[in-house]
Amino acid sequence: MLELIVISTLNGVLFGMLLFLMASGLTVIFSMLGVLNFAHTSFYMLGAFFGFQISRWFGFWPALFIAPVLAGLIGAAVERYGLRHVHKNGHVAELLFTFGLAFAIEEIVQIIWGKSPVDFRVPPSLDFPAFTIFSTNYPAYKMFMLLVSIGIFVVLLITLKRTRIGMIVQAALSHPHMVGHLGHNVGHIFMMVFGVGTALAAVAGVIAGPALVTQSNMAGLLGPILFVVVVVGGLGSLPGAFIASLLIGLLQTFAVSMNGSLAGMFGPLSPDYASTWLSDIWNVTVAQIAPILPYMLLVLILAFRPMGLLGTRES
Amino acid sequence: MLDVLDLHAYYGKSHILQGVEMHIGAGEVVSLLGRNGVGRSTTVKAIMGEVPPHGTINFKGQNIAGLPSYKIARLGLGYVPEHRDIFPSLTVRQNLLLGVKDTRHPGKWRLDDMLDMFPNLKERADTAAGVLSGGEKQMLTICRTLMGDPELIMIDEPTEGLAPLIVQQVGDLIAEIARRGLAILLVEQKLSIAMRISHRLYIMGHGRIVFEGTPADLKASQTVRKEWLEV
Repeated sequence: MLELIVISTLNGVLFGMLLFLMASGLTVIFSMLGVLNFAHTSFYMLGAFFGFQISRWFGFWPALFIAPVLAGLIGAAVERYGLRHVHKNGHVAELLFTFGLAFAIEEIVQIIWGKSPVDFRVPPSLDFPAFTIFSTNYPAYKMFMLLVSIGIFVVLLITLKRTRIGMIVQAALSHPHMVGHLGHNVGHIFMMVFGVGTALAAVAGVIAGPALVTQSNMAGLLGPILFVVVVVGGLGSLPGAFIASLLIGLLQTFAVSMNGSLAGMFGPLSPDYASTWLSDIWNVTVAQIAPILPYMLLVLILAFRPMGLLGTRES
Repeated sequence: MLDVLDLHAYYGKSHILQGVEMHIGAGEVVSLLGRNGVGRSTTVKAIMGEVPPHGTINFKGQNIAGLPSYKIARLGLGYVPEHRDIFPSLTVRQNLLLGVKDTRHPGKWRLDDMLDMFPNLKERADTAAGVLSGGEKQMLTICRTLMGDPELIMIDEPTEGLAPLIVQQVGDLIAEIARRGLAILLVEQKLSIAMRISHRLYIMGHGRIVFEGTPADLKASQTVRKEWLEV
């Protein structure tokens, strides 16, 4: 039991930090540009595929740096030459633009790399067990993922809180017009934020690629969970996104490792239920409903706290 | 210094500004008065490019109509919007520092001078600006724009919703800005500060300038006051 708790906590924090790498970019982009970027997970996927390709050519370590830079440059270009022009036509046009972009990126990835998963492996230098708790070998690569995401989180925090650029970004989160009136080039800041945000998503892609499956549908698989994170945390709130990322990471990993069901808990009290029409609900395990738990949380949050855990605005 | 010629602006289909003409010289203190909804705020917004301007706006000999607002600000035109858009999550000090456009060339307004001028702000220099009172927020927004070292500062409705004592303080600050030689365009609904500090006044009605003159002229003309200002 203790073993389960330790391993699930580690895995949950890891999944949560990966989610945060993406949610942080998404939420900062949303606050500043007012655009919910539907293509955000596509940049995560681009990161994974670029990482795969570059590690074939030059090895994993160069890929870890080059892939996010490439994806970030593409992201910045999308803002500069795409979104900025669409912006004039309002938010619906912007949403549709990012929506279309997500499909376009998926199709392009399929044309280049095909539909089946590519063979993106953990680099040999990290392919060993980091430590053994009880009887479980915890892989070094997972510790590496955890460290990278925590490292990026710390750098991000220091940049936002301690540098002038960070102040301007914080100010532009709430009052972009005013920042412009004070003589700061808001368009330039938007482009940079979009680039950095998409690059962060790509970092998540590169490090998650070998551990999960690098495939052309990976953006679509992760997208819904990411939106749950951002809505639960509160649109536009970075601390909210952080808490929600960890919450959902932990919720999902704990849920999949639990085999309890209502029958298991209360079965001995009234064994009759097992034979009635309720038996399906009676016997379903927590692990079986794990995938829908985040969405149930989403529904609860929207019903009782529509602005999210730490959000400030209703819309 | 600022010449507005035949300026038009639209919100959707409604024609808000219908050929505004206005001139402000270097170091001149000018007020733009008028009732609610006549287009005073829209005029300054159009000058800053927040509302798309149609017409000519010359600032220091350059047509700035349609430029992005950061470029206009960098030319030396400061703007204090009516909603006191302070950055609530940043501290008072950080708010002021963001007013500086270029950290390599600080202007004549220094952070320490600002804080010395306003003991209230100094006391709260390191607290989040979101908790300040309305009057303190107003002082902060004006000071923040001054940190960018503008040659002309446009202040939109600085006394709206403030207590009389605070209105007095805001008036003193604006008088001090004028004394240091900045040109000021003050947009107001009330007459008190405008009459006290202005060299010249414009009155707007229905999207146009309907009166131009000195405070003494306005004082003398009861008909103008009655027709365009009094409610």
